[in-house]
Amino acid sequence: MTDIALRKSYKMHWLIILLAAAVFWSGVILLAIRYWDEIKSIAVVYDLIKIVVIVAPLMVGVAYLTFAERKIIGYMQVRIGPNRVGPRGWLQPIADALKLLMKEIIIPTNANRFLFVLAPMLSIAPALAAWAVLPFTSKLVLANIDASLLYVMALSSIGVYGVIIAGWASNSKYAFLGAMRSAAQIVSYEIAMGFALVGVLIAGGSLNLVDIVQHQQGSVLHWFWLPLLPLFLIYFISGVAETNRAPFDVSEGESEIVAGFHVEYSGMAFAVFFLAEYANMILIAALASLMFLGGWLSPFEGVLTDRFLGSSGLPGIILGNGIHWLFAKMSLMLLLFLWFRATFPRYRYDQIMRLGWKVFIPITIVWLALEGAAVQLHIGPWFD
Amino acid sequence: MEGFTNFLKSLALWELIKGMRVTGGHFFSRKITVLYPEEKTPQSNRFRGLHALRRYPNGEERCIACKLCEAVCPALAITIEAEERADGTRRTTRYDIDLFKCIYCGFCEESCPVDSIVETRLFEYSFENRGENIMTKQMLLAVGDKYEAQIAADRQQDARYR
Repeated sequence: MTDIALRKSYKMHWLIILLAAAVFWSGVILLAIRYWDEIKSIAVVYDLIKIVVIVAPLMVGVAYLTFAERKIIGYMQVRIGPNRVGPRGWLQPIADALKLLMKEIIIPTNANRFLFVLAPMLSIAPALAAWAVLPFTSKLVLANIDASLLYVMALSSIGVYGVIIAGWASNSKYAFLGAMRSAAQIVSYEIAMGFALVGVLIAGGSLNLVDIVQHQQGSVLHWFWLPLLPLFLIYFISGVAETNRAPFDVSEGESEIVAGFHVEYSGMAFAVFFLAEYANMILIAALASLMFLGGWLSPFEGVLTDRFLGSSGLPGIILGNGIHWLFAKMSLMLLLFLWFRATFPRYRYDQIMRLGWKVFIPITIVWLALEGAAVQLHIGPWFD
Repeated sequence: MEGFTNFLKSLALWELIKGMRVTGGHFFSRKITVLYPEEKTPQSNRFRGLHALRRYPNGEERCIACKLCEAVCPALAITIEAEERADGTRRTTRYDIDLFKCIYCGFCEESCPVDSIVETRLFEYSFENRGENIMTKQMLLAVGDKYEAQIAADRQQDARYR
Protein backbone atom coordinates (compact mmCIF):
# COMPACT_ATOMS: atom_id res chain seq x y z
CA MET A 1 0.00 0.00 0.00
CA THR A 2 1.46 3.35 -0.96
CA ASP A 3 1.57 6.30 1.36
CA ILE A 4 -1.28 8.14 -0.37
CA ALA A 5 -3.53 5.10 -0.38
CA LEU A 6 -2.83 4.69 3.32
CA ARG A 7 -3.85 8.26 4.02
CA LYS A 8 -7.01 7.81 1.99
CA SER A 9 -7.96 4.75 4.01
CA TYR A 10 -7.55 6.81 7.19
CA LYS A 11 -9.99 9.31 5.76
CA MET A 12 -12.40 6.47 5.06
CA HIS A 13 -12.07 5.46 8.70
CA TRP A 14 -13.08 8.95 9.72
CA LEU A 15 -16.18 8.80 7.60
CA ILE A 16 -17.14 5.45 9.12
CA ILE A 17 -16.53 6.81 12.63
CA LEU A 18 -18.68 9.86 11.93
CA LEU A 19 -21.45 7.71 10.55
CA ALA A 20 -21.31 5.36 13.53
CA ALA A 21 -21.36 8.35 15.89
CA ALA A 22 -24.44 9.73 14.17
CA VAL A 23 -26.27 6.39 14.46
CA PHE A 24 -25.18 5.99 18.09
CA TRP A 25 -26.28 9.42 19.21
CA SER A 26 -29.60 9.33 17.45
CA GLY A 27 -30.20 6.02 19.24
CA VAL A 28 -29.21 7.59 22.57
CA ILE A 29 -31.55 10.52 22.00
CA LEU A 30 -34.45 8.22 21.06
CA LEU A 31 -33.89 6.13 24.20
CA ALA A 32 -33.65 9.27 26.31
CA ILE A 33 -37.02 10.48 25.04
CA ARG A 34 -38.53 7.04 25.67
CA TYR A 35 -37.32 6.85 29.31
CA TRP A 36 -37.41 10.59 30.11
CA ASP A 37 -39.14 10.35 33.49
CA GLU A 38 -36.74 7.71 34.83
CA ILE A 39 -33.73 9.75 33.65
CA LYS A 40 -35.06 12.86 35.29
CA SER A 41 -35.09 11.15 38.67
CA ILE A 42 -31.33 10.35 38.51
CA ALA A 43 -29.72 13.66 39.48
CA VAL A 44 -26.27 13.05 37.96
CA VAL A 45 -27.58 12.02 34.58
CA TYR A 46 -30.06 14.87 34.53
CA ASP A 47 -27.31 17.38 35.33
CA LEU A 48 -25.10 15.89 32.64
CA ILE A 49 -27.91 16.36 30.14
CA LYS A 50 -28.28 19.95 31.23
CA ILE A 51 -24.55 20.49 30.75
CA VAL A 52 -24.74 19.08 27.25
CA VAL A 53 -27.69 21.33 26.51
CA ILE A 54 -25.55 24.34 27.46
CA VAL A 55 -22.22 23.25 25.96
CA ALA A 56 -23.44 21.91 22.62
CA PRO A 57 -25.13 25.17 21.53
CA LEU A 58 -22.09 27.00 22.85
CA MET A 59 -19.83 25.02 20.51
CA VAL A 60 -22.14 25.72 17.60
CA GLY A 61 -22.17 29.35 18.67
CA VAL A 62 -18.37 29.40 18.64
CA ALA A 63 -18.30 27.86 15.16
CA TYR A 64 -20.72 30.42 13.80
CA LEU A 65 -19.04 33.25 15.68
CA THR A 66 -15.91 32.53 13.64
CA PHE A 67 -18.05 32.64 10.53
CA ALA A 68 -19.71 35.88 11.61
CA GLU A 69 -16.29 37.31 12.36
CA ARG A 70 -14.96 36.54 8.90
CA LYS A 71 -18.11 37.85 7.25
CA ILE A 72 -18.44 41.03 9.31
CA ILE A 73 -14.77 41.97 9.14
CA GLY A 74 -14.92 41.21 5.45
CA TYR A 75 -17.87 43.54 4.99
CA MET A 76 -16.11 46.26 6.93
CA GLN A 77 -13.13 45.85 4.60
CA VAL A 78 -15.44 46.18 1.57
CA ARG A 79 -15.17 42.53 0.61
CA ILE A 80 -17.72 39.76 1.02
CA GLY A 81 -15.89 37.13 3.06
CA PRO A 82 -16.25 33.36 2.70
CA ASN A 83 -19.05 32.43 0.30
CA ARG A 84 -17.97 29.16 -1.33
CA VAL A 85 -18.77 26.33 1.11
CA GLY A 86 -22.49 25.77 1.17
CA PRO A 87 -25.10 28.41 0.39
CA ARG A 88 -23.53 31.85 0.96
CA GLY A 89 -20.72 30.16 2.89
CA TRP A 90 -22.91 28.86 5.71
CA LEU A 91 -21.08 25.52 5.89
CA GLN A 92 -17.64 27.15 6.14
CA PRO A 93 -17.24 26.65 9.92
CA ILE A 94 -18.17 22.96 9.55
CA ALA A 95 -15.55 22.55 6.84
CA ASP A 96 -12.99 24.32 9.04
CA ALA A 97 -13.80 22.07 11.99
CA LEU A 98 -13.54 18.91 9.87
CA LYS A 99 -10.23 20.07 8.45
CA LEU A 100 -8.81 20.63 11.94
CA LEU A 101 -10.11 17.23 13.09
CA MET A 102 -8.33 15.46 10.23
CA LYS A 103 -5.02 17.19 10.77
CA GLU A 104 -2.11 15.63 12.56
CA ILE A 105 -1.21 16.92 16.02
CA ILE A 106 2.53 17.53 15.90
CA ILE A 107 4.34 17.52 19.25
CA PRO A 108 7.77 19.15 18.93
CA THR A 109 10.68 16.83 19.83
CA ASN A 110 11.96 18.98 22.65
CA ALA A 111 8.56 19.93 24.01
CA ASN A 112 7.35 18.75 27.37
CA ARG A 113 4.81 16.25 26.12
CA PHE A 114 2.64 16.13 29.23
CA LEU A 115 2.30 19.88 29.65
CA PHE A 116 2.00 20.37 25.89
CA VAL A 117 -1.11 18.20 25.82
CA LEU A 118 -2.40 19.52 29.13
CA ALA A 119 -2.30 23.21 28.16
CA PRO A 120 -5.22 23.28 25.70
CA MET A 121 -7.38 21.44 28.22
CA LEU A 122 -6.43 23.90 30.92
CA SER A 123 -7.48 26.76 28.72
CA ILE A 124 -10.82 25.34 27.58
CA ALA A 125 -11.97 23.88 30.89
CA PRO A 126 -12.48 27.20 32.73
CA ALA A 127 -13.97 28.78 29.62
CA LEU A 128 -16.69 26.11 29.69
CA ALA A 129 -16.97 25.68 33.46
CA ALA A 130 -17.83 29.35 33.95
CA TRP A 131 -21.06 28.75 32.06
CA ALA A 132 -22.34 26.63 34.95
CA VAL A 133 -23.51 29.65 36.91
CA LEU A 134 -24.65 31.92 34.08
CA PRO A 135 -28.40 32.47 34.32
CA PHE A 136 -30.27 32.56 31.02
CA THR A 137 -33.50 33.60 32.73
CA SER A 138 -34.42 33.82 36.41
CA LYS A 139 -35.39 30.10 36.33
CA LEU A 140 -33.05 28.78 33.65
CA VAL A 141 -29.72 28.40 35.43
CA LEU A 142 -27.66 25.25 35.93
CA ALA A 143 -26.26 26.19 39.35
CA ASN A 144 -27.85 29.16 41.08
CA ILE A 145 -25.14 29.66 43.69
CA ASP A 146 -24.82 32.72 45.90
CA ALA A 147 -21.25 33.65 44.99
CA SER A 148 -21.65 33.12 41.26
CA LEU A 149 -19.93 36.39 40.38
CA LEU A 150 -16.92 35.36 42.43
CA TYR A 151 -16.94 31.94 40.80
CA VAL A 152 -16.92 33.44 37.32
CA MET A 153 -14.17 35.83 38.32
CA ALA A 154 -12.05 32.98 39.69
CA LEU A 155 -12.51 30.75 36.67
CA SER A 156 -11.78 33.45 34.15
CA SER A 157 -8.46 34.01 35.93
CA ILE A 158 -7.50 30.35 35.66
CA GLY A 159 -7.58 30.52 31.87
CA VAL A 160 -4.20 32.24 31.87
CA TYR A 161 -2.49 29.03 33.06
CA GLY A 162 -3.35 27.33 29.79
CA VAL A 163 -1.63 30.13 27.91
CA ILE A 164 1.47 30.17 30.10
CA ILE A 165 1.88 26.41 30.09
CA ALA A 166 1.32 26.21 26.34
CA GLY A 167 4.03 28.79 25.77
CA TRP A 168 6.46 27.13 28.12
CA ALA A 169 5.84 23.52 27.08
CA SER A 170 6.31 24.30 23.38
CA ASN A 171 10.01 25.04 23.99
CA SER A 172 9.84 27.73 21.31
CA LYS A 173 10.95 31.33 21.64
CA TYR A 174 7.93 32.76 19.88
CA ALA A 175 5.55 30.75 22.00
CA PHE A 176 7.40 31.72 25.14
CA LEU A 177 7.36 35.43 24.29
CA GLY A 178 3.66 35.23 23.49
CA ALA A 179 2.92 33.46 26.75
CA MET A 180 4.87 36.00 28.80
CA ARG A 181 3.15 38.93 27.14
CA SER A 182 -0.25 37.37 27.54
CA ALA A 183 0.30 36.44 31.18
CA ALA A 184 1.34 39.95 32.16
CA GLN A 185 -1.54 41.44 30.22
CA ILE A 186 -4.22 39.17 31.62
CA VAL A 187 -3.01 39.64 35.18
CA SER A 188 -2.99 43.43 34.77
CA TYR A 189 -6.46 43.68 33.32
CA GLU A 190 -7.87 41.24 35.85
CA ILE A 191 -7.53 43.99 38.46
CA ALA A 192 -9.44 46.64 36.53
CA MET A 193 -12.03 44.02 35.69
CA GLY A 194 -12.31 43.00 39.33
CA PHE A 195 -12.87 46.59 40.39
CA ALA A 196 -15.57 46.96 37.75
CA LEU A 197 -17.25 43.86 39.18
CA VAL A 198 -16.99 45.32 42.68
CA GLY A 199 -18.98 48.28 41.35
CA VAL A 200 -21.62 45.90 40.06
CA LEU A 201 -21.93 44.05 43.33
CA ILE A 202 -22.23 47.30 45.28
CA ALA A 203 -25.01 48.42 42.96
CA GLY A 204 -26.69 45.03 42.88
CA GLY A 205 -26.19 44.33 46.57
CA SER A 206 -25.44 40.69 45.80
CA LEU A 207 -22.88 38.30 44.35
CA ASN A 208 -25.62 36.20 42.83
CA LEU A 209 -26.02 36.87 39.12
CA VAL A 210 -29.77 36.24 39.18
CA ASP A 211 -30.18 38.79 41.99
CA ILE A 212 -27.99 41.29 40.15
CA VAL A 213 -30.18 41.07 37.08
CA GLN A 214 -33.40 41.23 39.12
CA HIS A 215 -32.04 44.36 40.78
CA GLN A 216 -31.90 46.12 37.42
CA GLN A 217 -35.63 45.84 36.88
CA GLY A 218 -37.56 48.97 35.97
CA SER A 219 -36.54 50.31 32.58
CA VAL A 220 -33.56 50.64 30.26
CA LEU A 221 -32.39 53.51 32.46
CA HIS A 222 -32.41 51.27 35.53
CA TRP A 223 -29.93 48.89 34.00
CA PHE A 224 -26.48 49.31 35.51
CA TRP A 225 -24.86 50.56 32.31
CA LEU A 226 -26.05 54.09 33.08
CA PRO A 227 -25.04 54.59 36.71
CA LEU A 228 -21.89 52.53 36.14
CA LEU A 229 -21.07 53.78 32.63
CA PRO A 230 -17.28 54.11 33.16
CA LEU A 231 -17.20 50.72 34.84
CA PHE A 232 -19.17 49.21 31.97
CA LEU A 233 -16.72 50.57 29.41
CA ILE A 234 -13.74 49.48 31.48
CA TYR A 235 -15.23 46.05 32.05
CA PHE A 236 -15.82 45.52 28.38
CA ILE A 237 -12.45 46.84 27.25
CA SER A 238 -10.72 44.74 29.93
CA GLY A 239 -12.77 41.82 28.67
CA VAL A 240 -11.37 42.36 25.19
CA ALA A 241 -7.87 42.43 26.72
CA GLU A 242 -8.59 39.32 28.84
CA THR A 243 -9.57 37.30 25.79
CA ASN A 244 -6.47 38.51 23.91
CA ARG A 245 -8.56 39.94 21.13
CA ALA A 246 -7.57 42.81 18.86
CA PRO A 247 -6.50 45.54 19.64
CA PHE A 248 -4.95 43.79 22.66
CA ASP A 249 -3.75 40.72 20.78
CA VAL A 250 -0.03 41.14 21.45
CA SER A 251 0.07 37.61 22.83
CA GLU A 252 -0.48 36.24 19.35
CA GLY A 253 0.62 39.36 17.42
CA GLU A 254 0.67 37.84 13.94
CA SER A 255 3.13 40.32 12.49
CA GLU A 256 5.58 40.12 15.40
CA ILE A 257 5.66 36.65 16.90
CA VAL A 258 3.87 34.54 14.28
CA ALA A 259 1.00 33.19 16.39
CA GLY A 260 2.28 33.65 19.93
CA PHE A 261 1.71 30.97 22.51
CA HIS A 262 0.09 28.47 20.13
CA VAL A 263 2.63 28.53 17.24
CA GLU A 264 3.61 24.93 17.84
CA TYR A 265 0.06 23.62 18.05
CA SER A 266 -1.70 22.08 15.10
CA GLY A 267 -4.88 20.21 14.34
CA MET A 268 -7.31 19.62 17.16
CA ALA A 269 -4.94 20.89 19.88
CA PHE A 270 -4.91 24.24 18.12
CA ALA A 271 -8.66 24.08 17.62
CA VAL A 272 -9.13 23.70 21.37
CA PHE A 273 -7.27 26.97 21.99
CA PHE A 274 -9.37 28.54 19.31
CA LEU A 275 -12.56 27.23 20.92
CA ALA A 276 -11.44 28.54 24.31
CA GLU A 277 -10.76 32.02 22.93
CA TYR A 278 -14.16 32.26 21.32
CA ALA A 279 -15.99 30.65 24.24
CA ASN A 280 -14.34 33.27 26.44
CA MET A 281 -15.52 36.01 24.11
CA ILE A 282 -19.07 34.74 24.36
CA LEU A 283 -18.69 34.46 28.13
CA ILE A 284 -17.50 38.08 28.45
CA ALA A 285 -20.37 39.19 26.23
CA ALA A 286 -22.86 37.24 28.35
CA LEU A 287 -21.47 38.64 31.60
CA ALA A 288 -21.51 42.20 30.27
CA SER A 289 -25.13 41.74 29.21
CA LEU A 290 -26.10 40.26 32.58
CA MET A 291 -24.33 42.76 34.78
CA PHE A 292 -24.73 45.99 32.85
CA LEU A 293 -27.44 45.50 30.25
CA GLY A 294 -30.14 43.85 32.30
CA GLY A 295 -29.65 40.27 31.07
CA TRP A 296 -32.98 38.79 30.05
CA LEU A 297 -34.93 41.94 31.01
CA SER A 298 -36.87 43.46 28.16
CA PRO A 299 -35.91 47.01 27.10
CA PHE A 300 -39.64 47.74 26.80
CA GLU A 301 -40.08 47.54 30.55
CA GLY A 302 -41.34 50.88 31.78
CA VAL A 303 -42.35 51.81 28.22
CA LEU A 304 -45.16 49.30 27.76
CA THR A 305 -47.42 48.22 30.62
CA ASP A 306 -46.49 45.23 32.78
CA ARG A 307 -49.83 43.64 32.02
CA PHE A 308 -49.07 43.64 28.27
CA LEU A 309 -45.51 42.37 28.75
CA GLY A 310 -46.66 39.62 31.12
CA SER A 311 -49.42 38.43 28.81
CA SER A 312 -49.06 35.03 27.19
CA GLY A 313 -49.81 36.21 23.66
CA LEU A 314 -47.10 36.26 21.01
CA PRO A 315 -46.37 40.02 21.24
CA GLY A 316 -46.20 39.74 25.01
CA ILE A 317 -43.71 36.90 24.81
CA ILE A 318 -41.55 38.62 22.20
CA LEU A 319 -41.51 42.05 23.85
CA GLY A 320 -41.56 40.75 27.43
CA ASN A 321 -38.62 39.47 29.48
CA GLY A 322 -37.00 36.36 28.12
CA ILE A 323 -33.91 34.52 27.04
CA HIS A 324 -34.07 36.09 23.58
CA TRP A 325 -33.25 39.50 25.03
CA LEU A 326 -30.13 38.06 26.65
CA PHE A 327 -29.08 36.58 23.31
CA ALA A 328 -29.78 39.86 21.53
CA LYS A 329 -27.62 41.76 24.02
CA MET A 330 -24.87 39.16 23.75
CA SER A 331 -24.95 39.43 19.97
CA LEU A 332 -24.56 43.18 20.25
CA MET A 333 -21.54 42.79 22.53
CA LEU A 334 -20.01 40.17 20.21
CA LEU A 335 -20.55 42.49 17.27
CA LEU A 336 -18.55 45.08 19.18
CA PHE A 337 -15.71 42.54 19.62
CA LEU A 338 -15.60 42.02 15.86
CA TRP A 339 -16.04 45.71 15.13
CA PHE A 340 -13.07 46.53 17.36
CA ARG A 341 -10.97 43.99 15.55
CA ALA A 342 -11.86 45.47 12.18
CA THR A 343 -11.11 49.01 13.33
CA PHE A 344 -8.23 49.35 15.75
CA PRO A 345 -4.54 48.72 15.19
CA ARG A 346 -2.70 46.68 17.80
CA TYR A 347 -1.58 48.46 20.98
CA ARG A 348 2.10 48.69 21.69
CA TYR A 349 2.99 46.56 24.68
CA ASP A 350 3.94 49.38 27.06
CA GLN A 351 0.78 51.24 26.08
CA ILE A 352 -1.30 48.24 27.07
CA MET A 353 0.35 48.21 30.48
CA ARG A 354 -0.06 51.97 30.83
CA LEU A 355 -3.75 51.75 29.92
CA GLY A 356 -4.39 48.97 32.40
CA TRP A 357 -2.48 50.27 35.38
CA LYS A 358 -2.46 54.06 35.02
CA VAL A 359 -5.84 54.70 33.40
CA PHE A 360 -8.34 51.95 34.13
CA ILE A 361 -7.48 51.20 37.74
CA PRO A 362 -7.55 54.88 38.87
CA ILE A 363 -10.83 55.48 37.04
CA THR A 364 -12.47 52.45 38.61
CA ILE A 365 -11.28 53.48 42.08
CA VAL A 366 -12.66 57.01 41.64
CA TRP A 367 -15.96 55.66 40.39
CA LEU A 368 -16.21 53.16 43.22
CA ALA A 369 -15.80 56.05 45.68
CA LEU A 370 -18.51 58.05 43.91
CA GLU A 371 -20.77 55.04 43.80
CA GLY A 372 -20.22 54.34 47.48
CA ALA A 373 -21.21 57.89 48.27
CA ALA A 374 -24.29 57.59 46.06
CA VAL A 375 -25.32 54.39 47.82
CA GLN A 376 -24.84 55.98 51.24
CA LEU A 377 -26.89 59.02 50.22
CA HIS A 378 -29.55 56.85 48.53
CA ILE A 379 -29.41 58.72 45.25
CA GLY A 380 -32.31 57.40 43.16
CA PRO A 381 -33.52 55.85 40.99
CA TRP A 382 -30.64 53.35 41.18
CA PHE A 383 -29.40 53.38 44.75
CA ASP A 384 -32.52 54.08 46.78
CA MET B 1 -6.61 74.22 27.73
CA GLU B 2 -5.94 72.10 24.68
CA GLY B 3 -4.44 69.48 26.93
CA PHE B 4 -7.62 69.43 28.96
CA THR B 5 -9.93 69.02 25.95
CA ASN B 6 -7.66 66.26 24.69
CA PHE B 7 -7.95 64.60 28.08
CA LEU B 8 -11.75 64.81 27.96
CA LYS B 9 -11.75 63.53 24.39
CA SER B 10 -9.66 60.51 25.28
CA LEU B 11 -11.89 59.77 28.28
CA ALA B 12 -14.93 59.86 26.02
CA LEU B 13 -13.17 57.50 23.56
CA TRP B 14 -13.80 60.15 20.91
CA GLU B 15 -11.14 59.11 18.39
CA LEU B 16 -12.06 55.44 18.80
CA ILE B 17 -15.71 56.17 18.06
CA LYS B 18 -14.66 58.15 14.99
CA GLY B 19 -12.66 55.16 13.80
CA MET B 20 -15.56 52.82 14.39
CA ARG B 21 -17.80 55.15 12.39
CA VAL B 22 -15.50 54.69 9.40
CA THR B 23 -15.52 50.89 9.53
CA GLY B 24 -19.23 50.87 10.39
CA GLY B 25 -19.92 52.99 7.33
CA HIS B 26 -17.99 50.63 5.11
CA PHE B 27 -20.01 47.72 6.46
CA PHE B 28 -22.95 48.97 4.44
CA SER B 29 -21.04 50.13 1.37
CA ARG B 30 -21.07 48.30 -1.95
CA LYS B 31 -18.60 45.42 -1.94
CA ILE B 32 -15.84 45.43 -4.52
CA THR B 33 -15.05 41.71 -4.44
CA VAL B 34 -14.67 40.10 -7.86
CA LEU B 35 -16.05 36.55 -7.71
CA TYR B 36 -13.06 35.24 -9.61
CA PRO B 37 -13.89 32.15 -11.61
CA GLU B 38 -17.28 33.59 -12.54
CA GLU B 39 -16.21 37.21 -12.87
CA LYS B 40 -12.92 38.48 -14.23
CA THR B 41 -11.30 41.87 -14.25
CA PRO B 42 -10.59 43.44 -17.65
CA GLN B 43 -7.18 42.73 -19.15
CA SER B 44 -4.87 45.10 -21.01
CA ASN B 45 -3.73 44.20 -24.50
CA ARG B 46 -0.24 44.64 -23.08
CA PHE B 47 -0.83 41.91 -20.48
CA ARG B 48 2.30 39.83 -19.91
CA GLY B 49 1.36 36.23 -19.29
CA LEU B 50 2.47 32.87 -20.65
CA HIS B 51 5.01 33.04 -23.50
CA ALA B 52 4.48 31.99 -27.11
CA LEU B 53 6.60 31.73 -30.26
CA ARG B 54 4.90 33.05 -33.40
CA ARG B 55 5.05 32.02 -37.05
CA TYR B 56 4.72 33.95 -40.28
CA PRO B 57 1.42 33.49 -42.13
CA ASN B 58 3.17 31.01 -44.46
CA GLY B 59 3.94 28.74 -41.53
CA GLU B 60 7.65 29.57 -41.22
CA GLU B 61 8.72 30.16 -37.66
CA ARG B 62 9.77 33.74 -37.02
CA CYS B 63 12.63 33.09 -34.63
CA ILE B 64 16.05 33.51 -36.25
CA ALA B 65 18.03 32.54 -33.16
CA CYS B 66 19.65 35.96 -32.75
CA LYS B 67 19.65 35.29 -28.99
CA LEU B 68 18.85 38.90 -28.10
CA CYS B 69 16.11 37.67 -25.75
CA GLU B 70 18.52 35.25 -24.10
CA ALA B 71 20.99 38.11 -23.62
CA VAL B 72 18.46 40.61 -22.27
CA CYS B 73 16.64 38.22 -19.96
CA PRO B 74 17.38 39.49 -16.43
CA ALA B 75 16.40 36.19 -14.83
CA LEU B 76 18.40 33.98 -17.24
CA ALA B 77 15.24 32.04 -17.91
CA ILE B 78 15.81 31.54 -21.66
CA THR B 79 18.15 28.91 -23.14
CA ILE B 80 18.70 28.86 -26.89
CA GLU B 81 20.73 26.54 -29.12
CA ALA B 82 20.92 27.16 -32.89
CA GLU B 83 22.09 25.39 -36.04
CA GLU B 84 22.10 25.95 -39.76
CA ARG B 85 19.10 24.39 -41.38
CA ALA B 86 19.17 22.47 -44.71
CA ASP B 87 18.02 25.58 -46.62
CA GLY B 88 20.93 27.60 -45.23
CA THR B 89 18.91 29.73 -42.73
CA ARG B 90 19.77 29.89 -39.07
CA ARG B 91 17.09 28.45 -36.78
CA THR B 92 16.84 27.35 -33.18
CA THR B 93 17.17 23.69 -32.29
CA ARG B 94 16.26 24.41 -28.71
CA TYR B 95 14.31 27.26 -27.17
CA ASP B 96 13.51 26.71 -23.48
CA ILE B 97 11.93 29.11 -21.04
CA ASP B 98 12.01 28.21 -17.36
CA LEU B 99 8.76 29.62 -16.01
CA PHE B 100 10.01 29.39 -12.42
CA LYS B 101 12.88 31.75 -13.29
CA CYS B 102 10.87 34.05 -15.54
CA ILE B 103 9.75 37.28 -13.94
CA TYR B 104 7.41 38.26 -16.79
CA CYS B 105 9.18 41.58 -17.41
CA GLY B 106 8.52 41.48 -21.16
CA PHE B 107 12.10 42.37 -22.12
CA CYS B 108 12.35 39.33 -24.44
CA GLU B 109 9.33 40.53 -26.35
CA GLU B 110 10.74 44.07 -26.59
CA SER B 111 14.14 42.90 -27.76
CA CYS B 112 12.87 40.58 -30.46
CA PRO B 113 13.59 42.02 -33.92
CA VAL B 114 11.09 39.74 -35.66
CA ASP B 115 8.24 39.77 -33.11
CA SER B 116 8.72 36.07 -32.54
CA ILE B 117 8.74 35.62 -28.76
CA VAL B 118 5.67 37.26 -27.23
CA GLU B 119 3.83 37.18 -23.94
CA THR B 120 0.17 36.29 -24.24
CA ARG B 121 -2.81 37.04 -22.06
CA LEU B 122 -2.81 33.54 -20.56
CA PHE B 123 -2.23 33.48 -16.85
CA GLU B 124 -4.32 30.58 -15.54
CA TYR B 125 -1.86 27.71 -15.79
CA SER B 126 -0.36 25.40 -13.23
CA PHE B 127 2.16 22.58 -12.96
CA GLU B 128 1.51 19.26 -11.32
CA ASN B 129 4.86 17.55 -11.87
CA ARG B 130 8.52 18.43 -11.79
CA GLY B 131 9.85 19.62 -15.12
CA GLU B 132 6.54 20.99 -16.37
CA ASN B 133 7.83 24.46 -15.65
CA ILE B 134 10.16 24.25 -18.67
CA MET B 135 8.42 25.48 -21.82
CA THR B 136 10.14 23.86 -24.81
CA LYS B 137 10.17 25.20 -28.36
CA GLN B 138 7.35 22.86 -29.41
CA MET B 139 5.15 23.96 -26.51
CA LEU B 140 5.83 27.64 -27.16
CA LEU B 141 5.04 27.27 -30.86
CA ALA B 142 1.85 25.40 -30.00
CA VAL B 143 0.71 28.22 -27.74
CA GLY B 144 1.53 30.70 -30.51
CA ASP B 145 -0.42 28.69 -33.10
CA LYS B 146 -3.44 28.37 -30.86
CA TYR B 147 -3.71 32.05 -29.90
CA GLU B 148 -2.25 33.70 -33.02
CA ALA B 149 -5.42 35.68 -33.74
CA GLN B 150 -5.50 37.21 -30.27
CA ILE B 151 -1.74 37.83 -30.26
CA ALA B 152 -1.82 39.55 -33.64
CA ALA B 153 -4.80 41.70 -32.63
CA ASP B 154 -3.08 42.80 -29.43
CA ARG B 155 0.14 43.74 -31.30
CA GLN B 156 -1.92 45.59 -33.94
CA GLN B 157 -3.65 47.65 -31.25
CA ASP B 158 -0.28 48.64 -29.83
CA ALA B 159 1.53 49.14 -33.15
CA ARG B 160 1.71 52.95 -33.16
CA TYR B 161 3.45 53.02 -29.79
CA ARG B 162 6.15 50.50 -30.68
